[in-house]
Amino acid sequence: MAAQVAVPVPQQEASPLELRREWYGWQWLATVDHKKIGIMYIAASLAFFLIGGFEALLVRTQLISPLNTFLHPDLYNQVFTMHATTMIFLGVMPMSVGVGNYVVPLMIGAADMAYPRLNAFSFWLFFFGGIFLNLSFVMGGAPNTGWFAYAPLTERPFNPGTGPDFWLLGLQLLGIASIAGAVNFIVTILKMRAPGMTFMRLPLFTWVTLITSFLIIFAFPSITIALILLMFDRLAGTSFFLPSGGGDPLLWQHLFWFFGHPEVYIMILPAMGIVSEVLPVFSRKPIFGYSFIAYSSVAIGFLGFTVWAHHMFVTGLGEIANGAFATGSFLIGVPTGVKIFNWIGTLWGGSLRFRTPLLFACGFIANFIIGGISGITLASPPVDFQQTDTYYVVAHIHYVLFGGSIFGLFAGLYYWWPKMFGRFLNEGLGKAHFWLQMVGFNLTFFPMHWLGTEGMPRRIYTYFPNQGFELWNLVATLGSYLLGISILIFVVNAFLSARRPAEVVPDNPWEAATLEWSTTSPPPAHNFDAVPVVYSRYPLWEDRDPEGAHGATAPRTNVDAVSHPADDVAATGEGEQGAHQGGAAHAFHLPNPTIFPVILAFGLVLIAFALLFAPPVLKITFLVSGLVYGVVSVYGWVRQVSD
Amino acid sequence: MAVVTRGHGEPLAQSPTGLESLDVRKLGMWAFLGSECVFFGALIASYFVYRPLILAGDPKPHEVLGINFTALLAFILLISSLTMVLALNAIQHDRRRAGAYWLLATAVLGTTFLGGQAYEFTKLAQEGVTLSSGIFGQCFLVLTGFHGTHVFLGVIWLLACFARAMRGGFNSGNYIGAEIAGLYWHFVDIVWVAIFTLIYLIP
Ligand SMILES: [Cu+2]
Repeated sequence: MAAQVAVPVPQQEASPLELRREWYGWQWLATVDHKKIGIMYIAASLAFFLIGGFEALLVRTQLISPLNTFLHPDLYNQVFTMHATTMIFLGVMPMSVGVGNYVVPLMIGAADMAYPRLNAFSFWLFFFGGIFLNLSFVMGGAPNTGWFAYAPLTERPFNPGTGPDFWLLGLQLLGIASIAGAVNFIVTILKMRAPGMTFMRLPLFTWVTLITSFLIIFAFPSITIALILLMFDRLAGTSFFLPSGGGDPLLWQHLFWFFGHPEVYIMILPAMGIVSEVLPVFSRKPIFGYSFIAYSSVAIGFLGFTVWAHHMFVTGLGEIANGAFATGSFLIGVPTGVKIFNWIGTLWGGSLRFRTPLLFACGFIANFIIGGISGITLASPPVDFQQTDTYYVVAHIHYVLFGGSIFGLFAGLYYWWPKMFGRFLNEGLGKAHFWLQMVGFNLTFFPMHWLGTEGMPRRIYTYFPNQGFELWNLVATLGSYLLGISILIFVVNAFLSARRPAEVVPDNPWEAATLEWSTTSPPPAHNFDAVPVVYSRYPLWEDRDPEGAHGATAPRTNVDAVSHPADDVAATGEGEQGAHQGGAAHAFHLPNPTIFPVILAFGLVLIAFALLFAPPVLKITFLVSGLVYGVVSVYGWVRQVSD
Repeated sequence: MAVVTRGHGEPLAQSPTGLESLDVRKLGMWAFLGSECVFFGALIASYFVYRPLILAGDPKPHEVLGINFTALLAFILLISSLTMVLALNAIQHDRRRAGAYWLLATAVLGTTFLGGQAYEFTKLAQEGVTLSSGIFGQCFLVLTGFHGTHVFLGVIWLLACFARAMRGGFNSGNYIGAEIAGLYWHFVDIVWVAIFTLIYLIP
């Protein structure tokens, strides 16, 4: 997938330090360029997204009619577990990371991420971890306990297969990748901003990427500890979550949801950021209430750590705890709700261009309102008592994560595609994709609200006739097929855009305001020929709308200042064309391509296999080879850094 | 043609709003240590969830844990923080040899701590406290073992710094590598103070 989507990137990186050019794959395997890594993230997450979508279609096909025998119950458990695990950890999260990887350094006027090699390591570990998880299907059975893997169902006495082992090891790998990636984003955004880019001039997508990264570094340790304890339970005979040995299964739920609730924001905040970038551009006016969106995202991030037990109302925490966690959950509705008004206020009175990115952004708002409202109902313990573990919850999460995150991410893909590949996605196909996805999505998931309130439990492989579930299950399944077709249209669109002869995409085809649009499409390896200088929140709109570009405190407003900084900043007096063609005397620090991050990621996966395998010979072979790969790559990596 | 150079350094770091004084790698280490706080926080919280059961079980922690011995280990680890400070100080003043030897001393003290922990684990095993012996064994061994793993990685890191210092890889203008290793090392020491207080000292 990576190689095919990658085709459009022209061979223009003429870095004198290019390692070797004989083998095309080497450019990708050893790259430390945030743009290539971003594209690989997006390509891989799209591939996993297709796998997860296929699993969803299997689930929906099984549920098309009562007492259907399309999937064996055991396989059904594996498929719905892997659907959720794939979509969350291998689809939505890495796609946000991929878009962030590509866009954030450009947005802030940097040449790369702060740690380019660590960036490559994060990607490869995510990629190998995703393959590791999916190999479970052909290596003794996939995880089958649902994506939150409640103990003690995951414990060996109740689940002797390898499914939970794959799950807990795979998620540890993905967790390391996520934390490493988040540290990288934090440092990049805090340290690498172009001169003049204060926090209040930071593009909103960069804002939410920063907040998301903080959520990741504080939330992922909680699940990682839970996974480690579960690993000891399953592999070393402890009983942390096994009641027969004195363990406490509820501890799993606390540790899991302390991660699990912030995880929801880790998935939705980037999409909110994308929408906050797309709306102003296609409304041709600045975002309404910039600082509210920024600060409310911070507030959501903080509050997100205080509400985890709203997933545990039915475990008997007691009325006081339930009340407290319900109050916090309701509170989150306030900053979230006002954001909706920010977005509507941005559209209001704008001169709207209904191109595909704006369509997806509007779809995001519409669907997210529904998902937000059902979320508020679920924050109420009495309602939750009734709806928990029913299809109502399934409807809610899909309105937030599909109607929200996926729609937002598609808005971002259509928006930044010309920047990434130097060619547009087809507008007609894009509109067809949007409308089919919008109709299919609502057809699939809206009926689940009714199914849930009527009492249809989630995660049950079938239902009886005459319970009133037939019609809406049929509708949902048909809707899911529409969804499948809409995604296929996107895939076709992507391939067609790669096959079309190269077109000349201008630097700023959407007339956007942020720095990534001030360099070429696609950008050169070093992003900017001269370090941009930022005087306002909307650097590329300064000449056009000085009134609207509030935040401008510097006396001068001149769009040229962006790609060609003032003389006092860069010593080069490049002409209009000169800067893009190179020739600037500015020094760019770009690390060499290196193979060690891939090798280290590979070594970690081998060690995961070693923990998984029971036969001692296999165990030792994989452990030793994993350690050798690990030690050699760390040694080589350190040598490269300190050289 | 643009001038392309390698590595991390000033040209990439152009933060306009504060944070100028903070090195890129140091900031990354701080972020990582923030994450580590939650790692240890979650583990220690888990220990406390099981604490009533642990105290009701058999053997009781204060019966089998050698508090005096562990106090000595904690002291050794604290001293190693001091030697780390001395190492960095020497490096920053271009006393390269002294810096290298203080780094080595820090690593040796860390190894001593690990040896002491290994001794304690074997002694506990002889008294029947193992990973699968019950709630106390698993909670104690996983928590202290997780910390011990951090010490182990820290020792390897310090030895790598020692090797680099012997080659003259650090000086008053370039000491950030040692400083970051020191940050990590101090963090691991502080965590042990917390674990020692919470697990060993609180009755
Ligand atoms: Cu939640």
